[in-house]
Amino acid sequence: MIEGTKPSILRFMTCGSVDDGKSTLIGHLLYLTGNVFEDQYQTLLSESKRIGHAGDRVDYSLLMDGLIAEREQGITIDVAYKYFNLKDRKCIVADTPGHTEYTRNMATAASNCTAAVILIDARLGVVEQTRRHTLICSLCGIQHILFAVNKMDLADWSISRFMEIQSLCKQIIDDLKPFDLRPEWQAVPVSALWGDNIVSSSENMRWYTGVTIAQWLTTIPAYSAGADSGFRFSVQYIIKPGIGKERWQKEALDEFIPEKNGNYRSYAGRILSGKIKKGDTVLILPSKQESKVVNILKEKKQLESADEGMSVSLVLSDKIDVSRGTSIIRQGDFQECSDQFKAWIVWMQKEPLIAGRMYLFQSIYGIALAEITRIRNRIDLFTFLHLEAERFEVNDIGEVEMALNRVVPFDPYRKNKYSGGFLLIDRKTNATAGCGMVIHALRRAENVHWQHFSVDKKARAQLKNQKPVLLWFTGLSGSGKSTIADLLEKKLYSMGKHTMVLDGDNVRHGLCKDLGFTEQDRTENIRRVGEVAKLMVDAGLIVLACFISPYKADREMVRSLFDPGEFVEVYVRAPLKVCEQRDPKGLYKKARKGEIPNFTGINAPYEEPDKPEIVVDTLELTPEKCVNEILVKSGL
Amino acid sequence: MDDSYLDELIDESIMIIREAAAEARNPVLLYSIGKDSTAMLDLAMKAFYPMKPPFTVMHIDTGWKFKEMIRFRDETAKRLGLELIIYTNQEGARAGVTPFTHGSARYTDIMKTEALIQALNIHGFDVIFGGARRDEEKSRAKERIFSFRDNKHRWDPKNQRPELWRLYNVQRKEGESIRVFPLSNWTELDVWRYIRREHLPVVPLYFAKDRLVVQRNGQLFLYDDERFPLEPGEKPTVKKIRFRTLGCYPLTAGIESNAETIDGLIREMEETCFSERVGRLIDFDQSGSMEKKKQEGYF
Repeated sequence: MIEGTKPSILRFMTCGSVDDGKSTLIGHLLYLTGNVFEDQYQTLLSESKRIGHAGDRVDYSLLMDGLIAEREQGITIDVAYKYFNLKDRKCIVADTPGHTEYTRNMATAASNCTAAVILIDARLGVVEQTRRHTLICSLCGIQHILFAVNKMDLADWSISRFMEIQSLCKQIIDDLKPFDLRPEWQAVPVSALWGDNIVSSSENMRWYTGVTIAQWLTTIPAYSAGADSGFRFSVQYIIKPGIGKERWQKEALDEFIPEKNGNYRSYAGRILSGKIKKGDTVLILPSKQESKVVNILKEKKQLESADEGMSVSLVLSDKIDVSRGTSIIRQGDFQECSDQFKAWIVWMQKEPLIAGRMYLFQSIYGIALAEITRIRNRIDLFTFLHLEAERFEVNDIGEVEMALNRVVPFDPYRKNKYSGGFLLIDRKTNATAGCGMVIHALRRAENVHWQHFSVDKKARAQLKNQKPVLLWFTGLSGSGKSTIADLLEKKLYSMGKHTMVLDGDNVRHGLCKDLGFTEQDRTENIRRVGEVAKLMVDAGLIVLACFISPYKADREMVRSLFDPGEFVEVYVRAPLKVCEQRDPKGLYKKARKGEIPNFTGINAPYEEPDKPEIVVDTLELTPEKCVNEILVKSGL
Repeated sequence: MDDSYLDELIDESIMIIREAAAEARNPVLLYSIGKDSTAMLDLAMKAFYPMKPPFTVMHIDTGWKFKEMIRFRDETAKRLGLELIIYTNQEGARAGVTPFTHGSARYTDIMKTEALIQALNIHGFDVIFGGARRDEEKSRAKERIFSFRDNKHRWDPKNQRPELWRLYNVQRKEGESIRVFPLSNWTELDVWRYIRREHLPVVPLYFAKDRLVVQRNGQLFLYDDERFPLEPGEKPTVKKIRFRTLGCYPLTAGIESNAETIDGLIREMEETCFSERVGRLIDFDQSGSMEKKKQEGYF
């Protein structure tokens, strides 16, 4: 077996409205692929006659719908799992119900699946549910979607009907782009009742040349926690055998435990993503202690290295404080720890979610107390629009901000679904009230208070629906600071953001009209600008400051006025020669003639930033591209 | 079929076992001696290796298990050094409840379901491992991996906690408990392939051998001891049979087979066209019968 090609199990889900024929489709698939036993088939035949909903035909849905109530009503009311083999692939299918009120089941199934088959009734076409299901699946991390256009037998096997539905499916996928969701997708025309395009290509629809359901299921990739986020591990259990009394224990201790004094301990857990090797230096989070992996155990064997998905236990070189829920990553990797998040929530209980309420938060890194500090919006699952919301009712999905009573490690859900997903548990009933997916941490995690009723910077910023920040543009005269800041401000304005530009022109004439260009005056100029910018950031504004600000010390002084993350140094870089050629205000010419003393670059120094948050090179990039770069990197 | 896909099932099961053990105050593994329990127990041994699993092992003995099962149970406990609790509903036994006198439904209710509830109450177990698989029966296909039970041990299929990612909500109040099914995603064949790969000993009844049997209603029952009441005209005969599933001998039918080894058994299974519960009488008592039993507290 080649490393990294571990054959894994395909976990997929089916969704659709009540009568779309999901259970029939999967039941028929099981039958056609030899996954139904003879006695089960006999039971199916007799039940089809007695309680079937398929007329004279075999009602394959009876293979799927397990609970008594479901069989009587002919509906599926909870997720049912079925196991079968397709060629060499073991498949687990989660059959999820389609009624509106069961969004939670869909989210549940999607959290553990990589692919989804979404059923569409060819007669009804794309309906509200189709859009809803596609959005929920995609938000929960489903990467492959197959739209199964069912009941083609009742739509005259019509190619035009299929094409029409296919283009509506494409529209749904296009509408997901604002959420930054881009699942891979296809559509297939089928008849679950008659078996067309389930396993073999349909005789009734020769015009269709794409994959059948079974072909699709055997060719899509089986498993991934998400894009590579490095080695992620959460300690589940601490193994401390003491001195074993049994013979097998003595043998084990002889085999690989150097210290037989009973001090052996290992940290058991399942690798969420990435790979770890013996000898790797690791970082323990959130305590940030360092240690080294001296042994890796899987079941009863010692390994040199271990991969994503494996349940192992790690022996570390140091006696350090590690408890259940501790995160272990590789030294050099980065994982955020925070007590405040922005997250997607799928609400699952009747009792609504209301801002200010407290819930138990459970992630792979343990339990904390959580307060929903703000409901940002609710998504209309049909139009995909963000709506204002004061509460989430059952099955609502939307964005919230939340604060925890302790700092926890995490990854954005898009990077890793196992370290970015969490539950919210009702403290009164212990029910799982909802689930969430971390979008990102909110800044200033360290010093935000639990209760904040006064109007402060955060409150002002919330009202404006933005993150207040100071973008400090530094660079030579003529490097393009003002041009870029001007464009950026227009862009932010169009996004509905509240901004203010500070530059030489609007401060030198008033606030700083008493100052010249000596080193001392330049420093004072920058100090005043820094203080003004701070007031503006406190007011919740996005401030764009354009100053040559040639001295490192001055820029660092301004930085020190702000909280971490609020001061973003943007180095607008262009070679002196180019700036001099551009010379938009004719200043270089004057300086060369000796008419301007202390002109930066000519007769005064410019100290390049050491570690600016953002660098834009105006020789290589157009101003528009620079603006995009800044928007992406600053997260505005 | 290549059996390396088993690795993923093993990793998942070990994760489940560790998670449940970490969250339990007083955990117990329900050991029923069969192949599923054998696999589950082996996985538990691996999950904490080289530490002993941090939980008690318990067998609910109805008094009607195959003799070979009891022998195998005691040997296993000794070999692994397990603390084994054996519990029998003494009240039921004293009242003379047997599968022959009270019918399979009533007998199962008293000697299995009631016995289990009594044992759980006596010991105060709050996390209970069971070897059930979702592919066994339709109502089990809906059961959670961590299945919440109220303080009367009842299952409410309409009000189950959703299980997302690898997060299991085990919050519970005094008296409430969680049943945990580490083999939820395994199939019968997966279990056998695992037993073969790991060379695990199993009760010899799973392999074909000439055995003394009674044929009744088209099914073959082992004449395990003289407590088996023969009906007029019935006479035990020798047939080469094996069992796909093991329970109480009067309620568990065997199948005629030549599979004497594990390889033969797996080959036979790959070719077979009957599901395993066909040999379990209690599933056929009434339509939807497993679901009803589970609501009342049966595993």
